[in-house]
Amino acid sequence: MLKIKNLKKYFALNRKQQVHAVDDVSFAIQQHEVVGLVGESGSGKSTLGKTLVGLLDKTEGEVCFKDNKLPSVYKPEDFKKYSQQIQMIFQDPYTSLNPRMTVEEIISEGLKLTGRYSSQETSDKVVEWLENVGLNAAFLPRYPHEFSGGQRQRIGIARAMIIEPEFVVCDEPISAQDVSVQAQIINLLEKLKSSMGLTLLFIAHDLSMVRYISDRMAVMYLGKIVEIGPANDVYFRAKHPYTEFLIAANPEPDPELERHKIKHTIPGEIPSPINVKPGCRFASRCPKRMPECEHQTPQLKTVAEGHQVACHLY
Amino acid sequence: MGKDIILSVKNLAVEFETYGGIIKAVRDVSFDLQSGKTLAIVGESGCGKSVSVQALMGLIPMPPGRISNGDVLFKGRPIISQGEFVRRDYCGNEITMIFQDAMTALNPTMKIGKQIAETLIVHKGMSAKAAQKRAVELLELTKISEPDKRAKQFPFEFSGGMLQRAMIAMSLASEPDLLIADEPTTSLDVTIQAQILELMKELQRSLGMSIILITHDLGVVANMADDVVVMYAGEIVESAPLDDIFYRSSHPYTIGLQHAMPHNDESRPHVLIPIEGSPPDLFHPPVGCGYYARCPHAMKLCEKNRPPMFKSGEQHLAQCWLQHPDAPSTNNVFKNN
Repeated sequence: MLKIKNLKKYFALNRKQQVHAVDDVSFAIQQHEVVGLVGESGSGKSTLGKTLVGLLDKTEGEVCFKDNKLPSVYKPEDFKKYSQQIQMIFQDPYTSLNPRMTVEEIISEGLKLTGRYSSQETSDKVVEWLENVGLNAAFLPRYPHEFSGGQRQRIGIARAMIIEPEFVVCDEPISAQDVSVQAQIINLLEKLKSSMGLTLLFIAHDLSMVRYISDRMAVMYLGKIVEIGPANDVYFRAKHPYTEFLIAANPEPDPELERHKIKHTIPGEIPSPINVKPGCRFASRCPKRMPECEHQTPQLKTVAEGHQVACHLY
Repeated sequence: MGKDIILSVKNLAVEFETYGGIIKAVRDVSFDLQSGKTLAIVGESGCGKSVSVQALMGLIPMPPGRISNGDVLFKGRPIISQGEFVRRDYCGNEITMIFQDAMTALNPTMKIGKQIAETLIVHKGMSAKAAQKRAVELLELTKISEPDKRAKQFPFEFSGGMLQRAMIAMSLASEPDLLIADEPTTSLDVTIQAQILELMKELQRSLGMSIILITHDLGVVANMADDVVVMYAGEIVESAPLDDIFYRSSHPYTIGLQHAMPHNDESRPHVLIPIEGSPPDLFHPPVGCGYYARCPHAMKLCEKNRPPMFKSGEQHLAQCWLQHPDAPSTNNVFKNN
C-alpha cells in the first residue's frame, strides 16, 4: 500500500552543516497493517511521519501510495488530493487543536474542504464521529480548553478519521496521557482500525504499547532503520545491539521480571545528527563494535522470515 | 538502617482555595517510610501525589493552598503538627527534592556549577571556592563526563538526561537523608531513564539515603520500589510491599491500572482493559469510596460509605469494602493475581 524508497530528509543549518534527520529509509507497509516505529528522541521518527503526509518536503527518494508516486514538494492542490486518503494524528493534543475554533468547526473543517457533503450531512457526520470516539453531541459548541488531554486526543482522532482515510500516521498519540487513558485511546484505535480497514503507522517511544498494537515493528536510530520485523520477533528475539538495549531499558510492570532481567544500560546519549559520517550510526555506543563498523554503513539484511537487521554482525 | 522509620506522615490533608470553591487535593493521607528504603507513590495525574510531598517540603503556595490537617515526624522529630509547620530548616537540607522537568527547575541564567555551589553555601556555610570545588565533585559523582568543563556551562547546553543528573548532584549537595523524586524520568527516553534510575539506586546504596519516588509508571515502580502507596482522588487506596501490590493486589483500582498496561509475555497474549470514565471532581469529593463511579465491582454500600483501611496482609492495607469479612467472595475480582 505504501512504499518508501531511499527516503531522505535533511535540514540545512548553514552552507556546510546539514541535519540528517531521515537518512536513506526504505520499507513498505501492507494494506490493513499496523507498523510501529520506535526509537529515542532525535532518531527521526516524527520527521519521517511528517514527510510521509507531506508536511515536510522530501530531500531525496520517493514514496508511493497505492502505486502513485507522492509529490516530493506538496502544493496546496496536492494536500487537497491526498489528505482524503492520508491523515495524521498528532502527539500534543494541546497545541494541535486551534484554540479559537469550536469542536464542531475543528472536526468538520476537513469534511467541508472535500466539498462532497451538504451542510446537513456534514453536521450529521460530525455528531456520528463524536460518538464513535466516545464523546457526545453536547460538546459541539465547546472550545478545546474545556477538555481534558484524553478528550482532546479523541477530538484529534475524530478530525482525522471523519475523512475516512485509508492510511493514518499516529505520531505519539498516547505519550502525554495517563495509563488508563492510554489504554482507552489504544482500544479506540484498534476498534477503528478493524471497522474501517485502516492502515496505520504508529510512532511511539513506549515499546510495550508498540509491541501490543503493531503487526510489525521498526526501530530507528539517528535517521536510519536498524531493525524491522514482526513485532514479537523484534521484541523477544532482537538482533541489533541497539534494539537489545532499548528492550532491556524498557521497564516491565512486573517485579519478578525486573529482578531477573539482565541489567545493561547503554552508555552515553544519541550523537548529533549533523553531517553524519559513513559507518554504522550506533558504532560510538555499541559494545560489539568491530573495525568495519567505523567506516562501512551496514545495510538491512534478512535474518529470519520478514525480519531485517542493519548490523555487520549478521 | 533496617526497620526504623525515617518519615511518618499522619492524616495529611491539603486544600486549595480557588474561584470555583475549595479543592480537597489531599485527603487524610498517612504513610511511613523506612530508613534506607524506597517508597513509590503511584497514581494518575491529579490524584494528589505531588501535592502530598510538596506539602512536606513547604512548597505549597499558601494562600491559595493550606495544610488543613496532618502530623509529620521526620527522624522522630515533629516537623508539621496539626497542619502547622513546627520547623522547616530540614527542607532542602536533610530532605531534598528533584523534579520532573529539569529544564524549568534549574535557573537558566546561572552556570550549573554555581547553582550547585549555592546550595552548599546556604546549607553548609561553605566558602564560595570550596563550594565550587565540591560542586565539581558532585557532578563527577553523578557520572557527568568532564565535570570541570560542565560546571561552567549553562542549563541550555545540557541534554535532558544530563540536566537530571545535574539536579541529582544538586540535591545530594547537602548530604540529605531523604530524597524526594517527583517523576524524575517521565520526560526522558527509556535508555536515559534506565541510566538515571540505576544512578539513583547506586547512590542510595553508597550514601544510605531513603527515597520517595513519585511516578505513574508501574514499570519504574517494579524496578525501584521496596514499598508502594497507590493514590486515587487525593486518598491512599492501597499500600503494601512491592510484591503484594503486584501479585496480591487488594484494590480494584490497582488491578485496573495493571490491566490497562501491556505485559510483554509472548506466551500469554492479552487485551488491554482501560479504566472507563475519569477521576471524580475534587471540589465535591465523593462521600463514599472515591473509586465508586469507575469501579467494576462497586456495591450499593460503596456509594455513601467511605471504606476504612482493611488489613489484607501483614503490611498490606487496602481501602475497599471488598476486604470486609462479610463482603461477597472476591475470587473472581482478584483472580488474575
